[in-house]
Amino acid sequence: MMKTVQATMAGTVLQVLVAEGDRVEAGQDVVVLESMKMEVPVQAEESGTVKSIQVEVGGFVGEGETLIELSGE
Amino acid sequence: MREEMIHQLKERVERIRKGGAPKYHEKLKEQNKLFVRERLELLFDDKFQLEDGLFANGLEESLPADGVVTAIGKVNGQTVCVMANDSTVKAGSWGARTVEKIIRIQETAEKMRVPLIYLVDSAGARITDQIEMFPGRRGAGRIFYNQVKLSGVIPQVCILFGPSAAGGAYIPAFCDLVIMVENNASMYLGSPRMAEMVIGEKVSLEEMGGARMHCTVSGCGDVLAADEEEAIASARRYLQFFPAHHTKKPVRIEGKAPAPDAKKISEIVPDHQNAPFDMLELIRSLVDEGSFFEVKQLFAKELITGLARLEGRVVGIIANQSKVKGGVLFVDSADKAARFITLCDAFNIPLLFLADVPGFMIGTQTEKAGLIRHGAKMIAAMSEATVPKLSVIVRKAYGAGLYAMAGPAFEPDCCLALPTAQIAVMGPEAAVNAVYNNKIAQLEGAEKVRFVQEKRAEYQQDIDIYRLASELIIDGIVAPDDLRRELSGRLEVYADKEITFSHRKHPVYPV
Repeated sequence: MMKTVQATMAGTVLQVLVAEGDRVEAGQDVVVLESMKMEVPVQAEESGTVKSIQVEVGGFVGEGETLIELSGE
Repeated sequence: MREEMIHQLKERVERIRKGGAPKYHEKLKEQNKLFVRERLELLFDDKFQLEDGLFANGLEESLPADGVVTAIGKVNGQTVCVMANDSTVKAGSWGARTVEKIIRIQETAEKMRVPLIYLVDSAGARITDQIEMFPGRRGAGRIFYNQVKLSGVIPQVCILFGPSAAGGAYIPAFCDLVIMVENNASMYLGSPRMAEMVIGEKVSLEEMGGARMHCTVSGCGDVLAADEEEAIASARRYLQFFPAHHTKKPVRIEGKAPAPDAKKISEIVPDHQNAPFDMLELIRSLVDEGSFFEVKQLFAKELITGLARLEGRVVGIIANQSKVKGGVLFVDSADKAARFITLCDAFNIPLLFLADVPGFMIGTQTEKAGLIRHGAKMIAAMSEATVPKLSVIVRKAYGAGLYAMAGPAFEPDCCLALPTAQIAVMGPEAAVNAVYNNKIAQLEGAEKVRFVQEKRAEYQQDIDIYRLASELIIDGIVAPDDLRRELSGRLEVYADKEITFSHRKHPVYPV
């Protein structure tokens, strides 16, 4: 089952904190967005392994856009 | 009187008090639900309780009390009125007497000016009885009309234990607080079965109108409870903060120090303006230990709303949470704030604004969602509030964020700031870009960096908090670890504040 981590608000990607193949736990910060001059950490809602990273540092993302795909257990 | 007459009465009472047939009681157990009379026992302080209309529809063997208990008892020593559906009687559905009983307990609460609690667990209208209970002057519509009339006069609280369907979903909608029991409570205008038939949508009950959905996504629920006991305990706790009606003030109790393991505020607020921190930690350090009751904890989390005590005095807190969405104001957070401010103002609960806000969200998504008119709701509610209004700029208040968080123009009784606070139309980075956009574009390399840094430093100086205090824009600068003492003192001083905002029928509400 595919799970995704989505942008909680519109902004630019400041940092991607994980790499493909990494194991992430629910609640872990995986991406930091910059929006309204604030650093906005985005957490994975569920645990899983990073399957792909859909964004690049510096790119714009809208609210709800997929940042990272996780493969489930 | 003959003994058998008395005996007959007792027998009848006993039978009615048992509710519906045993198989429906079995069903309650399967669903992890309590019987309506057990719920009432948990809700009230003690055994004392009066009941009206026990014999409603009493000649109809299968409809004890016509599926609803209307009672008067005590909660935290305060008399309250209660309406409680009995889902063992025709699934708690409403007939003509059910509706009449609900209307009467509302009238009683209005006359006595005491809180009214709705314990909802009902399948909705009995369609077979519709002419008697639906359209008329004292039909179900009157229940909602009364709720609207009572809103802001007495506290109205709803605990949802089961469904509240179609028209019945408006009972929670018109209450001040809606507590929903996870997995069992639901609220919807059309059931999943109806949605499939009428619009072709296939969806589960939880997705359509489950407790978690309403407490996290729609905002129709305020408190998500794990079980019925927790839900009832929440209602009792919430009511401690409220007076019996709008002309009274909340009761002050003996104060408590903040939790002993709470961090110092000076250690919580970062110097760096853009880094997130947990505002809930700050609130914990500020208020009496264990007193914080968060409202809409799971909804629009970029803004925190909740009731607490400071040295025993009740206060309503509105605070920006930079940990979530940067603490920026969105459609839902503006709505959440407007609603909470109105609630506190209605019942004479002073308001404390803890500002750390980059502003209202910009971009096409929020413009399309009408953030301007939703933001207007928050600003209108905050402007109109006549209770003591304390504004604290914890770290920053930019743009209309300053206005929404009871900035100086909105008649707060005081606007205070911590020493690192910044107040401005926008933050230094954005401002320098806005003003010197052309110039910056012309420069390159080290020269560009130097220019931007210089301008930011100038801007920083321009919005320096001591300068704002010197211009009397803010009323004072407070050391973070003195904030609790300062605010307690001010709550005491402003306690008897009395002002009239405006003479008129009512404003034209931004909605």
